[in-house]
Amino acid sequence: MTFAADSVLVLLDVTPAGELASSSAGLLGAAAQIGTPVALVVAGDHALPTLAAAAGSLGAAAVLTAGLNGADTQLTVPLVDALTAAAQLVEPDAVLVSNSIEGRDVAGRFAARTDAALAVDAVGVARDEEGVLAHHSVYGGAFTATSAPTFGPLVVTVRQGAVDARAEAVAAPEVTALTVTPSGAAAASIESFDAAVVESSRPELRGAPKVVAGGRGLGSLEKFVLVEQLADALGAAVGASRAAVDAGYIPYAHQVGQTGVSVSPQLYVALGISGAIQHKAGMQTAKTIVAINKDGDAPIFDIADFGIVGDVFQVVPQLIAALEAKKA
Amino acid sequence: MKIVVLVKEVPDTYGDRKLDLETGLAQRAASERVIDEIGERALEVALSHADANAGTEVVVLSMAPEEAQASVRKALAMGAASAVQVVDPALAGADLGVTAKVLAAAVQRAGFDLVITGNLSTDGSGGVIPAMIAERLGVPQATALSAVTITDTTVSGTRATDAGTAQVSAPLPAVISITEALPDARFPNFKGIMAAKKKPLEVVTLADLGIDVDPASAPQTILTAVGAKPPRGAGVKITDEGDAGEQLAAFLIENRLA
Ligand SMILES: Cc1cc2nc3c(=O)[nH]c(=O)nc-3n(C[C@H](O)[C@H](O)[C@H](O)COP(=O)(O)OP(=O)(O)OC[C@H]3O[C@@H](n4cnc5c(N)ncnc54)[C@H](O)[C@@H]3O)c2cc1C
Ligand SMILES: Nc1ncnc2c1ncn2[C@@H]1O[C@H](COP(=O)(O)O)[C@@H](O)[C@H]1O
Repeated sequence: MTFAADSVLVLLDVTPAGELASSSAGLLGAAAQIGTPVALVVAGDHALPTLAAAAGSLGAAAVLTAGLNGADTQLTVPLVDALTAAAQLVEPDAVLVSNSIEGRDVAGRFAARTDAALAVDAVGVARDEEGVLAHHSVYGGAFTATSAPTFGPLVVTVRQGAVDARAEAVAAPEVTALTVTPSGAAAASIESFDAAVVESSRPELRGAPKVVAGGRGLGSLEKFVLVEQLADALGAAVGASRAAVDAGYIPYAHQVGQTGVSVSPQLYVALGISGAIQHKAGMQTAKTIVAINKDGDAPIFDIADFGIVGDVFQVVPQLIAALEAKKA
Repeated sequence: MKIVVLVKEVPDTYGDRKLDLETGLAQRAASERVIDEIGERALEVALSHADANAGTEVVVLSMAPEEAQASVRKALAMGAASAVQVVDPALAGADLGVTAKVLAAAVQRAGFDLVITGNLSTDGSGGVIPAMIAERLGVPQATALSAVTITDTTVSGTRATDAGTAQVSAPLPAVISITEALPDARFPNFKGIMAAKKKPLEVVTLADLGIDVDPASAPQTILTAVGAKPPRGAGVKITDEGDAGEQLAAFLIENRLA
């Protein structure tokens, strides 16, 4: 089996439900911008044919498949072993991995093991005469930076939801079963696992075109429902400040900011959020920012395209009613 | 039990942070430098284990320029027994691969049963150092723990990812990284600050660690371009006089956002 000289190896995350993770389309889309996408999927044997076909439909020209080899009971190492075998076979110009928690661990161990250059949290990839480049958004979007390897392939973790490009579907990708020799590296064991409840029909926060986020100003878990109601009226994803997460209004996965998710939606609505610098770091690249806050001096107003000094419990119900009246 | 805690000095996130547009490096003068909050939380995990378990030694380790010594002293004042700071002019602008190589060698040299790191630093936002170090040390890693239990022979905890929540465990020696769900760190008290002045703070160089960072020896990641985005301005601001919800609805509809 031979692979294109400009191959880009892409490790696709598989969800506990046995499907390709939502990051897959963006990863293969990015890979297609810089070369020929070759996907690696690691899953239970019975699931591999379906996953390989799914990878093809998202643009993989070739798919390498590997069985679990312990990937369901051990953290990271079995995936690194598979990725190492795949890279030896494909000799890619770049290796793209999702910047998910698991993806970062795999990319880190893989880069350390193979002594490869590593670029993390890329918001895009490109290629110039000298090779593959990764684009980054630094300090909450205040700066942009581009990185490249001095030599050898570049291992890149790609920010989830950051790449809009999509590759053309490949009807019949070439599928190869990969032979993986376990490294025997010590790994942590997974003793039990509770799959996250997949939330309603609301869009995922990462990559969502619209986000409605709530902060400590919502006041309680019960009253945080207002954020969800507006999100549903707009078809938006739900975000939150760290104070709202700390207060238990909503799980951490919804935190926007420095130590949470970074989003760049078309519309970001901040309800009862003061706009601390660490919160802005995760959302100030949104196209349009709307803020509602009781305190006219709240720093969120410094970056809001449309700011309302007012009480969210007065303004938002009226807004929802007006939006519904428009639809009707 | 010997616990090595990795702390990183970063520009304070409460201030404006700047990159030098020539070198791509953080402008040290532009912001206050502090221990990354997540590093302090990592230290808190080690210190509270030490409080409850006699015979626990907590060592802090940081790779940072000489000027960062005040931050390392702060970690001693909080309660760590000793500190190692890797200082070498050749490390200015070190990429992740070099950083991991250096930190792993320094951990190895200090000796360890457990290494505790933050899950994600606020400047690099890499979140890859713990796994890279574990690979170099040849030990298991358990990252992104929001609850941690340490025994004489194992470390276990709760790991929340996008996919769900797992209970994970590893035999020692091991590397773990923790999330901000774990408690905020204690403040150094007066006694701690005084004691810190006498605690050992060892400064080591690349030569001490026997590490070669020659760019020809292994691939590195370099910055090829850096740019600043214009800061964002404010738009319309109105005070609610009873119809702000309607005005906002009109704005969203007009801009095709609803
Ligand atoms: C290292 C580090 C990392 C951090 N990372 C993050 C991060 O990722 N994300 C993040 O968000 N924060 C982060 N923070 C925390 C940040 O500094 C702030 O503490 C936090 O963002 C505040 O959240 P908030 O705006 O909801 O709360 P507050 O600052 O308390 O603001 C609440 C706002 O609600 C308004 N309000 C109250 N009632 C009403 C009402 N009825 N109607 C309208 N407005 C009302 C108030 O006027 C106030 O402005 C981080 C901090 C540090 C040190
Ligand atoms: N230069 C450094 N010195 C000490 N620890 C570091 C350094 N860089 C990263 N770390 C550790 O690795 C964690 C994750 O950092 P990062 O991979 O940069 O996001 C941090 O929270 C620290 O515990």
